[in-house]
This record gives sequence, C-alpha cells and structure tokens, in this order.
Amino acid sequence: MNAITTIRVVLPAPLRTMVGLDREVDVTVQGPVTQRAVLDVLEREYPALLGTIRGRTDGRRRAFIRFFACEEDLSHEDPDAALPDAVVAGREPYIVLGAMAGG
Amino acid sequence: MSGTRVLVGTRKGAFILTSDEAREEWTVDGPHFPGAEIYHLKGSPLDPDRIYVSQSSGWFGQVIHRSDDGGATWATKDNDFAYDGVPGEHQWYDGTLRPWEFTRVWHLEPSAHDADTVYAGVEDAALFKSTDGGESWSELSGLRQHDTGPQWQPGAGGMCLHTILEHPTDPQRLYVAISAAGAFRTDDGGETWLPINKGLRSGEIPDEDSEVGHCVHHLDLHPSNPDVLYMQKHWDVMRSQDAGDSWHEVSGNLPSDFGFVISVHAHEPETIYVVPIESDIHHVPPEGKLRVYRSRTGGDEWEALTEGLPQENCYVNVLRDAMAVDQHESCGVYVGTTGGQVYASHDSGDSWTAIVRDLPAVLSVEVQTLS
Repeated sequence: MNAITTIRVVLPAPLRTMVGLDREVDVTVQGPVTQRAVLDVLEREYPALLGTIRGRTDGRRRAFIRFFACEEDLSHEDPDAALPDAVVAGREPYIVLGAMAGG
Repeated sequence: MSGTRVLVGTRKGAFILTSDEAREEWTVDGPHFPGAEIYHLKGSPLDPDRIYVSQSSGWFGQVIHRSDDGGATWATKDNDFAYDGVPGEHQWYDGTLRPWEFTRVWHLEPSAHDADTVYAGVEDAALFKSTDGGESWSELSGLRQHDTGPQWQPGAGGMCLHTILEHPTDPQRLYVAISAAGAFRTDDGGETWLPINKGLRSGEIPDEDSEVGHCVHHLDLHPSNPDVLYMQKHWDVMRSQDAGDSWHEVSGNLPSDFGFVISVHAHEPETIYVVPIESDIHHVPPEGKLRVYRSRTGGDEWEALTEGLPQENCYVNVLRDAMAVDQHESCGVYVGTTGGQVYASHDSGDSWTAIVRDLPAVLSVEVQTLS
C-alpha cells in the first residue's frame, strides 16, 4: 500500500512568481517520499516549472539550482533516496533555491 | 491617430514603451520578468496584441511567455526545445567536435502568414516551429542536419540561430542566419535548406570563401523587393540581388564595416541603416561617436546620422537584434544600446532622441505600429 504524504516545498521567488504562488506550496506524494517523487508531482501540478529546476531531456538538476532541507544540502544526494523524517512529517520544508551566483 | 509600441528585451527584464504616431511623449512600462535575460520579444503581425517572449536565465533556463493583451498579462508556454533524433556534433572554438546542446532561444519570429505559427531560433543552432501559438514546438531538423552541420562553429556569443526572415508572399520560403555558419534558405517550408553564402569572404576561417563558417550577424529585406537581401556580416556589409544565391560587398565609405545590426526603411527598399562598430575586439563605436549610417542607394554610399546621438565619450554597443523600424508614414527608426538607452528617430534617421536612457543592457528592440 502506498502511503500519501504531504510535503512543504519552498520555491525560489522567480519561480513562485511565474506560477502565481506567494508562499510555500504543499505537494502530495504517493509512495516513497524522495526528491524525484516530490519534483515529479510539483512539475505535474505546475507544468510551467518543467525545465526550470531539472533538464527537460535528462531530468538532471540544473547547474545553478540547489536542494536544501533540515540545514543540509541534498543537491548531490541520490534523487531516489528518502527525504529526511522531518520533511516527511511536515515539520521542515524541502527547499529549492537558486545557487549563490552573480557577484 | 495610430500608436507605437516598442518592445525592449534587456539583460534584466522586458520593457514596453508606448507612444502615439507623433512619437514625442513615451510611457515606459516594466520591468516585465525582472531579473531575467530577455533575449527577444516580438508581436504577431497578424494579431499585434499577441506578443511572444524568450526568457533565459542561468538559474532557471529557458522560459517562453505569451501575452494576448499587448503585454498586460502573460502566460507561460512550452519550453521543450528537443532536437529531432540524436543531435550530431559541431565544431567547438578549438576545432574539436562537440555535441549539439540546447541553451536558449535567441529570436522568436511570429509568422505574417498564420497567426498561430511562430518560429524560434535557438542556441546551439537550430530552427523550431510552433503552429499552436507556442503551446508545442517541433524542430525543422533539415537545417541542423544539413551536410555542412559538423563544420558550423560558435561565434563569441555562442552558436546561435538569430535571424529568421519570412518571404512576404511565399510561406514556403524562409531565410535564417547562424553565427558562425552563415545564411541559409529553404523553399519548401523548412524541409530542406541551401547555404547561401557565395560571395562572402571571412578572414577568420581557413578557407575564406567557404560554403559555410561565416559569422553572419543579421539579415533584412524589404517586402516590396524580397529577392534583395541585406547582410551585416562580422566584417562587411553585403547585398544580394538574387535571394541570397550570390552576394557583393556594399560597405563603401563606412568608417568600419564591422557591426551587428542592419535594417531596411519601411517605405524605401533601397534605404538601409547600420551602426558601425570599431572591431570585433573593441565592440564600441569608432571614435567614441554613436553614429547610425544610412544609405539611400542600397549600400556603398553612406551618410552619418548624428543629430541627437552622443558624439563624444560613447562606448556602448548595439547588438544584432537591437534595431527596428516602424511603419508610420514618416518612418521611425529605433536603436537600443548596451548602455541601456533606446534612441528613436521619427524622421527616417535625420534626428534622434533617447526615449529611455537608463535601462539594463538592451538585447533586442522590436516595434509595432498600431492602428
């Protein structure tokens, strides 16, 4: 049986503006809660995000995008690894942000 | 009285400048998409309130927007520019081969033949077409898969398809230009392509009159005489009498024949404009003077247009998509600079005014003449 879990996701301001969000967004994941699962649902619900976080063809994280949670950098973790318990429990958000770049 | 809408793409957002036919007073609206590089925005000739935008960002990649209300509101459209089949390889700067990789859309060309058709010229060089107003894109891959593709190479700005010209009456004929591959023509709607670079000579490539490899910066034509093409090449201003089958140089008395832009007057097919730039290394106007040059003879004989333009200490550049002409009875000419100014002339270039002065670096300028 696949559990249904609601994850809090924080997007960078330009992407929030683009999809009309003014705060973090709740993403409902069925089954294992992984980075890939969260992003798959996010892109399905907000198709305008396709290609802005991960490559359209290869699905890889864009070079200047980072993934944080619980004060840890998950950017280089296996996208199919489980997210931290605090994120799964809704106590902490999963954060997508633009890397520090630009001076 | 009709109106004027100037669409300006910059390094940090898009701006929409509006005026009436007199073009004396201007309203500046923006930034739209603040912080993002707007390589190009252009309105449909058939539905002027439909405006397409190419937004590019190192963080978030390529995004396409469309407005159906003249830029008041925007909707995100498809950004899936997937090459047809397995992309091949092209030359890299050092002469090695490198796989084709999509980076961004440089130019969007809404069709004058069909309101839902729009073309996109991209880096790495390829041409895409949408027949549903940007909801989906497919590559016209006969261009990229031309036999000469492995010889194409990037210019300093990347290997970009930056110019798309429709023939005014024949929807099957298109011209495109690629830095640094050259100019190409299709006569079958994009299925097959012919390099049209005979007569070009480029000292930057081993065989200076090669079939491809030329850094063509921009093309333009006048709809009343569409077999006559004008080209600003990396160096050299060129003219073709035969739809690109052959070219001859018309740089004449220009102070430098390096530059990026070239435009044709709205009502005079033999009147053309360029902005000479000192060199491919300096990328500034000669002598610190921003001068638009006009030829009323289709090239060779040029006059400097300086009234209202800075004639000392000016070191801005005018990039390849940053000049446009309007269709008013007294033709307007518009030039955007990397210093953030947009200069406008409402008398065919005789005099100029900065209609906005402190924008981010201007990447593109288009103008719509509104009824």
